[in-house]
Amino acid sequence: MTVQEIVEKLELKVVAGRSGLHKEVTGGYASDLLSCVIAGASEGNVWVTLQAHPNIVAVADLLELACIVVSEGMEPDEETLGRANESGIPILLAEESTFTLVGKLFQVGIRESEDADQA
Amino acid sequence: MDRVTSEFTKVQELIYELKIEQIMTEDVITVTPYCSMRELRRILRERGISGVPVMEDDELVGVVDLEDVVKALEEGAFTASVAERMTTNVQTVRADETVVKAVNLFSMFDVGRLPVVEAEGGLVGILTKGDIVRGLLWQMGVRWQAEEIEHYRASHIFEDIDSDETTLILKYHVEPHDFVSGGEASSKIKRALKRLGAHPKVVRRVALASYEAEMNVMIHSEGGDIVAEIGTDRIEITAIDEGPGIADIEKALEPGFSTAPDWIRELGFGAGMGLSNIKACSDEMYLESEVGVGTRLRIIFELE
Repeated sequence: MTVQEIVEKLELKVVAGRSGLHKEVTGGYASDLLSCVIAGASEGNVWVTLQAHPNIVAVADLLELACIVVSEGMEPDEETLGRANESGIPILLAEESTFTLVGKLFQVGIRESEDADQA
Repeated sequence: MDRVTSEFTKVQELIYELKIEQIMTEDVITVTPYCSMRELRRILRERGISGVPVMEDDELVGVVDLEDVVKALEEGAFTASVAERMTTNVQTVRADETVVKAVNLFSMFDVGRLPVVEAEGGLVGILTKGDIVRGLLWQMGVRWQAEEIEHYRASHIFEDIDSDETTLILKYHVEPHDFVSGGEASSKIKRALKRLGAHPKVVRRVALASYEAEMNVMIHSEGGDIVAEIGTDRIEITAIDEGPGIADIEKALEPGFSTAPDWIRELGFGAGMGLSNIKACSDEMYLESEVGVGTRLRIIFELE
């Protein structure tokens, strides 16, 4: 499934990083603690968080995540959007809570990746 | 696949991918239906164009071109208005359609240009065959450059330079509490390793460890440096700062222990997992610190 398909299925609002909408999603991860994401998320994952500051793009870029879903109606600032555009990492907004979003992602078939390849 | 065929395939892919709005000319010269053919001839000649859309009250009512001018002149109809001589059955394309649509229209109809309209119908640009050629060439140039960069591997420097051991040293300064630039050093290290042709798994491990080390310096210290020493069989990342130093190293190494203030935790940092993450993805990790002096964290990756 591509990021674009997730956008359509979950009716998310794309606010940055459109050039990455074609990316294939390999799985999902949810956390607001950046270190947890670094330890747990895998390449190509969709990441659900309520953090909306520029560093989420740094983390997503580092891990080569497919996209970031920002929950609870949080609004990323210009700096964050600019960076997401530069790195081609789609930022998708939703009014729902992280819990609900993860539930919906699960329903459309997104699972946690098994190989959080640390070693 | 030979080169010509592969280039040709690329053009085919591009016409299905590129949007008309990406290659159209946005500054459109238009005329009103009341403009005379003589005046139109002057406009076309001065602007060096071969045709224009005809607009009345922001509405596209026709297209008129050089051929219409020539015919009018032959018939001595200099004073005729554009309205009398224009083509009213206008082929248009939408700005968000792909170039293939325009290519098909150009081959089906004998037109020199296609007015470009947005979904609501307003005129937003004009597209000629020249625009398509230019747009395709430009896009191919952009992609070719991106591919060249992708193909260019800097790994040869290790073979070109004769020494018993060659190490490339990259140094980045990290400002304290600069949450906006935070992560730049590690993303640059990551890019450098990719350029050097390192294995993707290695790139990932080093990038993760560098990021955590960079965040530690950014969050806890009064500023410091991230140094990456890249050799052929090992990579060493060092994070050095100028204080305040860690009082209890044992405690700092415990997963979940953090001294980060609440406002930093609210941003999602300070989970107390940085050092354990680094330890998990590196081969060796050494932490030395003295209160009032500074901290030095060494992270080592052995390459096969």
